[in-house]
Amino acid sequence: MKIAAISNDRCLTVQLKGELDHHSAKGLMSRLEQEIEIALPLKMILDFKDVTFMDSSGIAVVIRMRQRMRELGGCLVLQKVNAQPRKVFEAAGISRLVEIE
Amino acid sequence: MKRAENYVTLEFLSRSSNESFARIAASGFAAQLDPTLDELGDIKTAVSEAVTNAIVHAYPEKLGKVVMKMKILDNNELEISVRDWGCGIENIEQAREPLFTTGGGERSGMGFTIMESFMDRLYIKSVPGKGTMVTMRKRIAMRLNGKR
Ligand SMILES: Nc1ncnc2c1ncn2[C@@H]1O[C@H](COP(=O)(O)OP(=O)(O)O)[C@@H](O)[C@H]1O
Ligand SMILES: [Mg+2]
Repeated sequence: MKIAAISNDRCLTVQLKGELDHHSAKGLMSRLEQEIEIALPLKMILDFKDVTFMDSSGIAVVIRMRQRMRELGGCLVLQKVNAQPRKVFEAAGISRLVEIE
Repeated sequence: MKRAENYVTLEFLSRSSNESFARIAASGFAAQLDPTLDELGDIKTAVSEAVTNAIVHAYPEKLGKVVMKMKILDNNELEISVRDWGCGIENIEQAREPLFTTGGGERSGMGFTIMESFMDRLYIKSVPGKGTMVTMRKRIAMRLNGKR
């Protein structure tokens, strides 16, 4: 899984690209945490436009990032979520915890 | 009209790089049932959950054998089973509950819930110390003239 991060005015946008499964989740989780350490954002946007597949490993990543952002007094937003990952988020009721645009 | 009888058996090592391999194999095999993109997404997601469990939970400290079987049943139904010879599950009912996980912060405890809701049926057989077999079924509706 590839990521591209842009930070602007304490808003950190991270574009995710590829398949988000258990194999890729561990590396992704630590790279996202690194980006948060550097940017110390008040808002984090995870852009799912180029996520071609996601299973429940992605739920754990999103919940961890939500927790990190809350510790900073900020929020997490998910953007451009395709049908397949959206269905996985819905099955887990994630929209009750995180804003999905 | 009935689909032709068919099955495939795959054996692989419990390496996480095989998760994507299992998904691709499942969607390739399911293609003969002419599923929609949504149905294909459901099948890939459920397979990913079952195979990941065998890799993460069944063999936590070592590599082991995983066997995935795919079969076309009468009535346009796809059956996929994933078997391991790992640690097994002590309490299956508890394991099936949403959010239950022994995997800590890296897992969400939603795997079985997703398999259950994305497929039509989910059966779990497990013996502690001996291993686990998860069997899932999904019926793919026949399309007439390319439409449902
Ligand atoms: N193949 C397996 N072998 C041993 N234990 C398993 C297996 N599959 C599932 N489990 C147990 O069931 C629990 C729930 O599984 P699941 O719903 O997929 O959630 P998660 O994988 O996120 O923990 C796991 O945490 C684990 O304790
Ligand atoms: Mg799981």
